[in-house]
Amino acid sequence: MENNNALYVALSLVLNLDATLYQIVILSLQVSLLAVLVAAVIGFPLGAAVALWRFPGRGGAIIALNAMMGLPPVVAGLTVYMLLSRAGPLGEWGLLFTPSAMVIAQVVLVLPILAALSRQKVEELLGEYQEQFISLNMSRSRMMPTLLWDARFALLTILLAGFGRASAEVGAVMMVGGNIEGVTRVMTTAIVLETSKGDLPLALGLGIVLLTLVMLVNAGAYVVGELTKRRMG
Amino acid sequence: MTSLNVPMMDAALIAPLPSLHFDDVAFSHQGELLLGPCSFTLDGVGPTLVMGPNGAGKSLMLRLAHGLISPTQGSVSWSCGERPRQAMVFQQPVLLRRSALANLTHALAVNNTPRKARMPLAREALARFGLAARADTPARVLSGGEQQRLALARAWALSPSVLFLDEPTSALDPAATKAVEAAVQEFHQRGTRIVMTTHDLHQARRLAGDVLFLSGGKVREHTSAESFFNGPASSEAQAFMAGELIE
Amino acid sequence: MNRILSFVFASATTIGLAFNASASDFITLASTTSTENSGLFSGILPQFTSATGIQVRVVAVGTGQAFEIARRGDADSLLVHDTSGEQRFIENGFASERVDVMYNDFVLIGPADDPANVSAANSAADAFAAIADARAPFASRGDDSGTNRAELRFWKNAGIEPVGRWYRELGSGMGPTLNTAAAMDAYVISDRATWVAFKNRQNLTLLFEGDEVLFNQYGSLLLSEQKHPHLKHDLAKQWHNWLISEAGRQAIANFKVNGQQLFFPNAK
Repeated sequence: MENNNALYVALSLVLNLDATLYQIVILSLQVSLLAVLVAAVIGFPLGAAVALWRFPGRGGAIIALNAMMGLPPVVAGLTVYMLLSRAGPLGEWGLLFTPSAMVIAQVVLVLPILAALSRQKVEELLGEYQEQFISLNMSRSRMMPTLLWDARFALLTILLAGFGRASAEVGAVMMVGGNIEGVTRVMTTAIVLETSKGDLPLALGLGIVLLTLVMLVNAGAYVVGELTKRRMG
Repeated sequence: MTSLNVPMMDAALIAPLPSLHFDDVAFSHQGELLLGPCSFTLDGVGPTLVMGPNGAGKSLMLRLAHGLISPTQGSVSWSCGERPRQAMVFQQPVLLRRSALANLTHALAVNNTPRKARMPLAREALARFGLAARADTPARVLSGGEQQRLALARAWALSPSVLFLDEPTSALDPAATKAVEAAVQEFHQRGTRIVMTTHDLHQARRLAGDVLFLSGGKVREHTSAESFFNGPASSEAQAFMAGELIE
Repeated sequence: MNRILSFVFASATTIGLAFNASASDFITLASTTSTENSGLFSGILPQFTSATGIQVRVVAVGTGQAFEIARRGDADSLLVHDTSGEQRFIENGFASERVDVMYNDFVLIGPADDPANVSAANSAADAFAAIADARAPFASRGDDSGTNRAELRFWKNAGIEPVGRWYRELGSGMGPTLNTAAAMDAYVISDRATWVAFKNRQNLTLLFEGDEVLFNQYGSLLLSEQKHPHLKHDLAKQWHNWLISEAGRQAIANFKVNGQQLFFPNAK
């Protein structure tokens, strides 16, 4: 019965899309998408660089990247909190309890996933392409864009994994965002709040809305991926 | 594909071919000597066919000559001093996950060809190798023969002075093989030094200007095609020819 | 592609704006989950904002964490319910002034069949002793929050040291603790506000209330200008003063859930 109830709540939440829910949904999407984008701009070249160059401590770097994929969100949140707090080194920026702080925390969470998985994929592709690249007299830095572009379908999947982690986590955004109504309240923190109020159907209803959103983003990416794959091979 | 638009002329008349010099070259891996030491010079008009049984070191020699790997002893040098423009076609063509056309424009971009010149050059090369209609097809869904022709077109677009081919037809059917051989002739007539490995005696007969025969990691014989096929001097080559003919 | 870029651009600016837009006319208030969860802030903040033009951004956490946030200079104002903790905060120089704002009270919640028979108790101390005697499951916040500190005080008053398998420290906020208590038919102490607004009661019911020791005093603190000169002390002062003003007291008294007044202004 509880489930039916939650489904009903979810449906009526969507149908009577009120300004508050709309704002929460948009902020959730903006924070997570922006975080994933920033993480991709840094993480993909980073992963490719680790795949391409040999340097001392490379094995350690790979292990660290892989391990960081399992970084607990609360730990990421706590670290960013300590950095952004007035008493911390970046306190001057005054970013704590703002959406920017949430983006930063999610970048910290997502970056290792994007870097570690793209490193793996690019290295695999490099194994296949290496002789041809040397034959074409390509420098390693020239190989990077070629490899990243040719790994684009795998990277899209990796991007979605990152988005999934960003949009699903609650510990980090709760800590650095503060779950302030109208300012830093996103889907996951709203779910925690409703749960603590004991309004389980509403919490579950919000959960269903979140799940639907994530599915929509995934479906969009899948369709784009399939269409281009069919066209580009 | 077999239409040869270039006027037939002796390659040597277009430009002097860069000659390749192996000086006491050897390659070992984890203490095991895999090739050499060997010394030879390729300064004829070619095409040079590198022959020998499996495991003779043909591919290794080609990679050393092309610079994909460095010799552990001795040196590889070119007559023109610096490294001439060169390309290589592999047994399994390595094609990017892009359209046939984009594979060519990528190679041209890497080669620092001016942006405006890339597209016409790429289209011209595709047309020359009978792939004009496949320009927008993803390279990796092309047939084996088409893929190898695309690899040749990519090499063609780069106008190399030297072209290495490593068993380019070993995975192809007779018709596709014929197309590749015609392409090799075309490169030759354009004034490209050809160095190609094969284990197919008939193919070697059709293409070779000179033959470099390897076995057991050593160069056993380097002679003109005519004298090689009339009767090789080395006992290893004689045995190889006999074996091939019996089979 | 253009559309994606424009979304990204819009997002970046929105987030920049959300941070910058009202940079001068808002304060960050560190407070407790009990006030937030009851809906008190949604009830009174609009009145304060319309009177002063100042927005209040509430970060609702446990009392311990609220003190920590204020100590680090990450909030402009503090509204909590741990009077002795608040006094220590002033002694340590982190706040300059504390006023009583309002109180609500703690209520003892438990399963309707009441195995420890606490509904018959004459005092809070009796009720807690009955639970310990019956070894009936008791769900404790165990999170060093104001409620948790109050609960430990109640055990002490009853002369009991709560240990044993029946005493379960959850390390959670008020709401999650109530959810857990509902799931395992445990006794639990809650502030009245959270209880009245709480929806997932299942078997739980209010069993004991009214003893004066169960009063739960909320205080507002003005933070130290010496320790944290960057804070918006002027705005925070307006909030602090509004809470104890006639308008503020009215707003608090008028806030009701299910027709029930939850907080009682008692500023002197």
